[in-house]
Amino acid sequence: MTTRIVELRRGILKKNDELAAGLRNRYTSAGVLVLNLVSSPGTGKTAFLELTLKALRARNARVAALVGDLETDNDARRLASSGAPVRQINTHGICHLDAEMIDKHLDGWQLGDLDYLFIENVGNLVCPSSYDLGERVRVALLSVTEGEDKPLKYPTLFNSADAAVITKIDLAVPCGFDRELALKNINEIRPGIRIFETSAKTGAGMEEWLDYLAQERAR
Amino acid sequence: MHELSIVSSIVDTVTESLAAYPGAKVKEVRLRVGALASVIEDSLQFCYGIATEDTPLAGSVLVVNILPVVMHCEPCGADVEIVSLQSFRCPKCGEPVLDMRQGRELEIESIEIDEVEEQV
Repeated sequence: MTTRIVELRRGILKKNDELAAGLRNRYTSAGVLVLNLVSSPGTGKTAFLELTLKALRARNARVAALVGDLETDNDARRLASSGAPVRQINTHGICHLDAEMIDKHLDGWQLGDLDYLFIENVGNLVCPSSYDLGERVRVALLSVTEGEDKPLKYPTLFNSADAAVITKIDLAVPCGFDRELALKNINEIRPGIRIFETSAKTGAGMEEWLDYLAQERAR
Repeated sequence: MHELSIVSSIVDTVTESLAAYPGAKVKEVRLRVGALASVIEDSLQFCYGIATEDTPLAGSVLVVNILPVVMHCEPCGADVEIVSLQSFRCPKCGEPVLDMRQGRELEIESIEIDEVEEQV
């Protein structure tokens, strides 16, 4: 019996990372901007996305969405009311979306016919940050009801985000939301990140967000 | 709690790499895990025992080396370690830091195996 050390130096999520790189190439060559929306359950990702899809369609943009949840197709049905093509991904207990699920659910869609593809991740601030879905823009969302220190509690996600969206800004006053502190905390974790303060109820902040999407797509 | 899927990938990767060493038994698996990799060591250890049952990794030890977050500070022109994950600022000059050099690793560094001697 001989004992031997074998150097492996292998990424544990290598399979996901390779699939994600393949997806990224497909998105780029199709000219579609892909965004991955990540937040806790209840932040209002679906309401925010519903409004985004409607507003983009009103600007004649071609949009589609994939939405992840453990169970039910409730969110897909809500988003489909925008008129955009939507597919539900049920993970059946898995706490995040991975590149393989995305790849499978894109089947039959012509990416070249789309300007924007939104992926609404499973409500979870931890696990989705490990899984690259090939997206160009990772969006971390945070509602005013969750507390200003969320970015400090979940630095992994906020530090990997390209944009941050504060939702339910119409409830800021009744919730005693300390806006300055929230902005400061986000900036401590991800200095210089673009931050959008939005309300799906009043439409606040949406124009700025839509302009940002157009700029990112044009890049 | 995605540690179980992570551990399952470890089992698959290690099992694949054992093809070159028929009959070998795994004694130890060493990981390099960045402090921002979203992985909890306790959960990994808990899942490891379950996921390695009835595999060539059964009974092996999982060693998790946590790597600190290292960012490049432009004004200082140096790589600096971020000790508190509550603030991504250079500990020397206080400027915000954006360029990550280490901290998201999630990899199998090496395995220690007992090889079976070739029968002559």
